[in-house]
Amino acid sequence: MVDVTATSTPAPPRRGLFSGNALPIAIFVLFALVPFVATFKAETYVLSLVTRVMIFAIAALALDLLIGYGALVSFGHAAFIGLGAYAVGILGSHGVNDALVSLPVALGISGLFALATGIVCLRTKGVYFIMITLAFGQMAFFTASSLAPYGGDDGLTVRMRSTFAGLPIFTNDRALYYICLGFLLAAYLICRSLVASRFGRVYRGARENPQRMASIGFEIYRYQLVAYVIAGMIGGLSGFLLANATDFVSPAYMSWQRSGELLIMVIFGGIGTLSGAIIGAAAFLLTEEWLSGITEHWKVIFGPLLVIVAVFAPGGLLGLANRLRRMIRG
Amino acid sequence: MSTSLLIVQTLNGLQLGVLLFLIAAGLTLVFGVMDFINLAHGVQYMLGAYLAVMFYGLTGNFLTALVLALGAALVFGLLLEFIVFRHLYDRDHLDQVIATFGIILFLNQGVKILWGASPLSLPMPEALSGSVVLMPGILYPVWRLVIIGSGLGVALLLYVLVNHTRVGMLVRAGASNAAMVSALGVNIRRLFMIVFGFGTMLAGFAGIMIAPILSVEPGMGDTILILAFVVIVIGGIGSIRGAFLAALLVGLVDTLGRSFAVDIMRLFMAPSPARTVGPAIASMLIYLLMAVVLYVRPGGLFPAKGRS
Repeated sequence: MVDVTATSTPAPPRRGLFSGNALPIAIFVLFALVPFVATFKAETYVLSLVTRVMIFAIAALALDLLIGYGALVSFGHAAFIGLGAYAVGILGSHGVNDALVSLPVALGISGLFALATGIVCLRTKGVYFIMITLAFGQMAFFTASSLAPYGGDDGLTVRMRSTFAGLPIFTNDRALYYICLGFLLAAYLICRSLVASRFGRVYRGARENPQRMASIGFEIYRYQLVAYVIAGMIGGLSGFLLANATDFVSPAYMSWQRSGELLIMVIFGGIGTLSGAIIGAAAFLLTEEWLSGITEHWKVIFGPLLVIVAVFAPGGLLGLANRLRRMIRG
Repeated sequence: MSTSLLIVQTLNGLQLGVLLFLIAAGLTLVFGVMDFINLAHGVQYMLGAYLAVMFYGLTGNFLTALVLALGAALVFGLLLEFIVFRHLYDRDHLDQVIATFGIILFLNQGVKILWGASPLSLPMPEALSGSVVLMPGILYPVWRLVIIGSGLGVALLLYVLVNHTRVGMLVRAGASNAAMVSALGVNIRRLFMIVFGFGTMLAGFAGIMIAPILSVEPGMGDTILILAFVVIVIGGIGSIRGAFLAALLVGLVDTLGRSFAVDIMRLFMAPSPARTVGPAIASMLIYLLMAVVLYVRPGGLFPAKGRS
């Protein structure tokens, strides 16, 4: 079996526009400005849509940390979103609404789940890793569906959004927007400094050449496990926010289709860039929203669009942008 | 947990297993030989069913519809290969995933536009629509037996083709080292096309055969695709024998699990939690099975590649 992911595209050369901080700064400034623009037109709609984009961007960042830098293609990452969301939902149904409790619980549960499953998953490689993460994702999905006291298949309504030390800061849509933006920025900075750190160099080295890293004396399994747990916790964070944004928790958050969508977002944007994950999440969700406004059969357009990106733009949207730039410069 | 129920459910499990094999066989070969992740394999199965319904509507004869639908599925599969897939063979797996995912979206919506969102049904041939008495007191639908029989027939055919023909030999060689086969002067692209076309046809055949007992609807291929992936991973990618055994295993475990989970859970807990925990455990069983198999044998039961 050829190791499928070890050969996956290396991070594109960091040059020009994308080398420094121009792109991420532009992205975050844009996000920060959206609420001001939104006051002119359809404020609630725009805010909730972009909040959703940022929440999925957080999860996509975590997945990019695994795929882009570790060649660990997880097909069960939605499970962590679900775990974070269910932490809010279940605690809420018992009257515990404070983020000081539910956020640590959400992070802790998803971290523990990542640790327990990571120990098993990281024994396998390539396609087998994809499938075993799918397996654990499905187990989480079916467990959630069987939680009869908490709505089972139907999911459960979050009657009250989280408070922070008693303050209802999540209730206001605009406040929630900026909270999500803050968490997105934090997640981005964490991932970025992680990748650049000594830890990150070992972790990236394990993707390029596991044998060499092992023979230098690194136990790469441990590095990958730590990265897997961190990615899981960031996924849990996005679930925590999602439950607050939608006021609803359902097993559908953990379905394999959702995991697949996350994968598509990351690949669509361009793996191994972090900015690409955010752009991919935005491009995916906004294109979906835009096309579904045009026709109910939007998938007939969106599907071929994905095919075109895959065939003509390896490296996703960022890869495409990089190549266009090089063409223009000659 | 009566014996007759056990027998009936075992047969149902076999029938699911055989169906899974028909889909997984193509998937594992395409994956093993071409190193190509084809998520669109599930929609080929759906397409087979829809084409059969369409041709049945035109001709009114099941057998004619079967033959025409098989041919159409083959043509369509080769067309897809020609337009999209062949540009992606040398690419990263992630590019293949995104492209074939796009095809899934397109085709699922496409059949919705062409045939509507509501489920269709395909009547089974009159002569095979009854039930037979297996044992005193046990009736079993003939059509399910036909599915089991035809699936086993295909398995036998594949066994002969793969193990006792020249093309089969090349396919086996391709699954263990495609680059070497190509270096020895075999037209690997043509081999790919044969394998791909055959796999597509098998998936279409599975869709046609199951159509009379399942509703034909958009998205019917998605769940079965995941199950087929579970099968080929348990069996070991590229191995027909592995796919066959794993398909039967998954079919039996899933079906028997669903029928008896509640009863088994009752042995350990009160009836009311058993009723909620049972189905959840049952749905999880095959994934549990896959996780355990991969934990013990990270390359599946019968890995085709020598290295794994």
